[in-house]
Amino acid sequence: MTIEIPKEKSAGAVRLVTLGATREQGGTRTRTLTLGGETALPYLDFEGNLPNPPGLALEVRDRKPDDWSPLLYAAWGEAMQDPGDWAGAAEAAGADLIYLVLSATKADGSKNDAANARAVVRKVLSSTGLPIAVVGPGQADLDNELIVAAAEEAKGERVLIGICEDKNYRTIVAAALANDQLVQSKTPMDVNLSKQLVILIHDMGMPLERIVMDPTTGALGYGIEYGYSVMERLRLAALQGDTMTQQPMMVNPGEEAWKVKESKVGEGVPAAWGDWERRALNWEAVTAAALVLSGANLLILRHPTTLKRVRVMIEDLRTSG
Amino acid sequence: MPLTGLEIYKLLPQTNCKECGFPTCLAFAMKLAAKQAELKACPYVSEESKTKLEAASAPPIRLVQLAGDGTKLEVGNETVLFRHEKTFYHRPGLFLRLKDTETPESLKSRAAEADAYKADYVGISLGLDGFAVEAASGDPAKFQAAVAAVCSASTKPLILLAPTPELAKAGLAGCPGRRPLLYAATPENAAAMAEIAAAAKAPLAVRAEGLDALAELTGQVLKAGVEDIVLDPGVAHHRDALLTLTHLRRLAIKKLFRPLGFPIITFPGGAGQADETVLAAQHIAKYAGLVVLESFDPATLYPLLVLRQNIYTDPQKPIQVQPGVYEINAPDAKAPVLVTTNFSITYFSVANEVEGSGWPAWLVVTDAEGMSVLTAWAAGKFDSERIAKAVKNFGVAEKVGHQRLIIPGQVAVLSGELEEDLPGWQIMVGPREAVDIGGFLKAMWPNGK
Ligand code: B12
Ligand code: SF4
Repeated sequence: MTIEIPKEKSAGAVRLVTLGATREQGGTRTRTLTLGGETALPYLDFEGNLPNPPGLALEVRDRKPDDWSPLLYAAWGEAMQDPGDWAGAAEAAGADLIYLVLSATKADGSKNDAANARAVVRKVLSSTGLPIAVVGPGQADLDNELIVAAAEEAKGERVLIGICEDKNYRTIVAAALANDQLVQSKTPMDVNLSKQLVILIHDMGMPLERIVMDPTTGALGYGIEYGYSVMERLRLAALQGDTMTQQPMMVNPGEEAWKVKESKVGEGVPAAWGDWERRALNWEAVTAAALVLSGANLLILRHPTTLKRVRVMIEDLRTSG
Repeated sequence: MPLTGLEIYKLLPQTNCKECGFPTCLAFAMKLAAKQAELKACPYVSEESKTKLEAASAPPIRLVQLAGDGTKLEVGNETVLFRHEKTFYHRPGLFLRLKDTETPESLKSRAAEADAYKADYVGISLGLDGFAVEAASGDPAKFQAAVAAVCSASTKPLILLAPTPELAKAGLAGCPGRRPLLYAATPENAAAMAEIAAAAKAPLAVRAEGLDALAELTGQVLKAGVEDIVLDPGVAHHRDALLTLTHLRRLAIKKLFRPLGFPIITFPGGAGQADETVLAAQHIAKYAGLVVLESFDPATLYPLLVLRQNIYTDPQKPIQVQPGVYEINAPDAKAPVLVTTNFSITYFSVANEVEGSGWPAWLVVTDAEGMSVLTAWAAGKFDSERIAKAVKNFGVAEKVGHQRLIIPGQVAVLSGELEEDLPGWQIMVGPREAVDIGGFLKAMWPNGK
């Protein structure tokens, strides 16, 4: 008996989006990162093409954050004191992209501002050859102020800027249009909301080749199943030819996983949770692994060890034999 | 693929006698296809047709049961490829491998430790499902003693990793009264293994390279009278596992291909080369029915158990708790009052934190339709009006001698409106994360514990 393996044909493909620009392309990056192009469900390469592996980004802050897990301080050490050093360390740890997050305040407690944003972006660009993303602290007014400055400073570098959300996207999209950057379009775990925001951004004149959609995820144990299923539904829709779901998908398992008690706290937790460091690293890795399977094209991580583990998984998923 | 109305019609008597209550056999067939009628309404179907129709309506992936001593585990009977299409029903069993090359005493103590493992996740008690005892020594007597040792430490179901019929028999003798999974029938030993499994009424795993060989093997084993089968397609890596398990799931569900319509067993750390945790996570998300782990480490087991719980949650029903006032650490009239939503994850994050802090407190759980604080707030299910109503309806004022209410930091914006909706109450904005509640109470609550 010879069993016929069922194959599914797709009527659509995920759009190709390239982050970063080399010298020839008008930037200064030594590498670019191309996402998307899939014509099959994640890693099912017997029925379609999956030309690009998902990118793995490491999150870097403009200054040492106040509230991260001690395990992350231990992992990055002194490098966290300076965004340039941190970006360099992230590149050395194997990142494909630096995901730079600008804080609401500067190290001295004063409000962050455009001049600082420019200086930090400049520094990061000069200390790494990787493509970068730059996002604000998540407060509309401040985001706009900082991100417009960052977009101008990095003109021509094809930086992914954000975060565009339904309440606040116009200024960021305009800055990306004016400076030849890309945008992160983020919506709260809903297929239709994802599409709608992509449409709104596209209507402002942004080419679809410059939009990465972030359907949002929760951490393992804190709502990951919602994000996981929304991503599966988005990818199925994209392959069925629903054009506004065909953007590459990015998610931030690093931030989500390191926010929860299981990874943040080592003391006063149930013994059944086991060794803190191994548990915390597993929390981020398992969250990320599930999202790799649900179709993530770009994952933002925080711990260098997780990046290595997820890289091994992805390489294994893409290597036959 | 279930049968269509027309295919069913061909198996009916086609006499249109109307005794089934439908005007024609075809009308009845259509109702059967839509699952709105039952075959037994027709008194005239032939035995042959009945068998065919029953076979066609059997679940695409067989439900297989393993039984321990008063415990059981059911795997299989899944009906979809993606959880959003309906839900995944039977959580894959997580088993720990133990080898008979260890002494019975050491096995007993390791099994007892792992057996006692229990982690609480949103009020659900999670743990290992059983043990996979391996006849690594090759010595039947040793294997039987090892199985008996594990049984003396745990009532959970077992998998007997026994490469030969002789060892399988010895393993069964070590766990009388239980219904372990025998592992495994291979092309070389299938007949003998099937005979043993049939006699013991135990489920049997089959292992072969390639799906063709696997299907042939299940056919052979079925003929020998074993119906409860588990498949081991022998996958070792991420890609191999994802592709093979996807093929198997699609063949079973979309093609109703019976020879491979069984749950699947995997060994994510088996060859020792992989990152067992990450590969096990993949097997849980993508289609394993039984997962055998190489070592017992709570720091690995807990995240895997939580992932399994999340992936197998019914997407139609968020896990929620009953709205009401919950008493934590025996609160009195001076104790603080906190308000939160009835989403299980939210409730337990807060309740566990308050309990752990040692503070007696009243926790008002509003009916937010099972949503988290910000989700419910954004959806209009956790607004000032609802909170005020909960405080009034649950009679909070009668339980305490103060009028102070602590709200989640994430919804600080509600405080003004709440002071209007709850006249006389002082609204205190708590921290954004539950972890900080203990510190907050210490710093901010007026009359101490
Ligand atoms: C999972 C999720 C969902 C799931 C629902 C899960 C559920 N059952 O609630 C789904 C996909 C259904 C969903 C839907 C929506 N969501 Co939603 N969702 C999330 C997500 C990813 C995680 C929420 C979660 O489970 N958190 C974990 C729980 C434990 O957190 P928590 O309840 O806040 O509790 C913590 C604290 O608040 C604190 N705490 C809790 N109670 C108390 C009490 C006191 C006294 C104190 C001191 C502390 C405290 O302790 C807990 C642990 O620290 C968040 C984004 C994120 N990553 O946080 C978005 C998020 C909450 N969603 C959001 C939105 C907008 C929505 C929608 C309205 C979108 C839409 N238009 O469809 C819908 C609304 C639902 C509807 N209309 O049906 C927004 C809210 C934005 C805002 N600020 O208004 C968020 C923040 C995403 C975003 N960034 O845009 N969502
Ligand atoms: S009872 Fe049976 S034979 Fe008679 S009409 Fe119904 S299906 Fe046809």
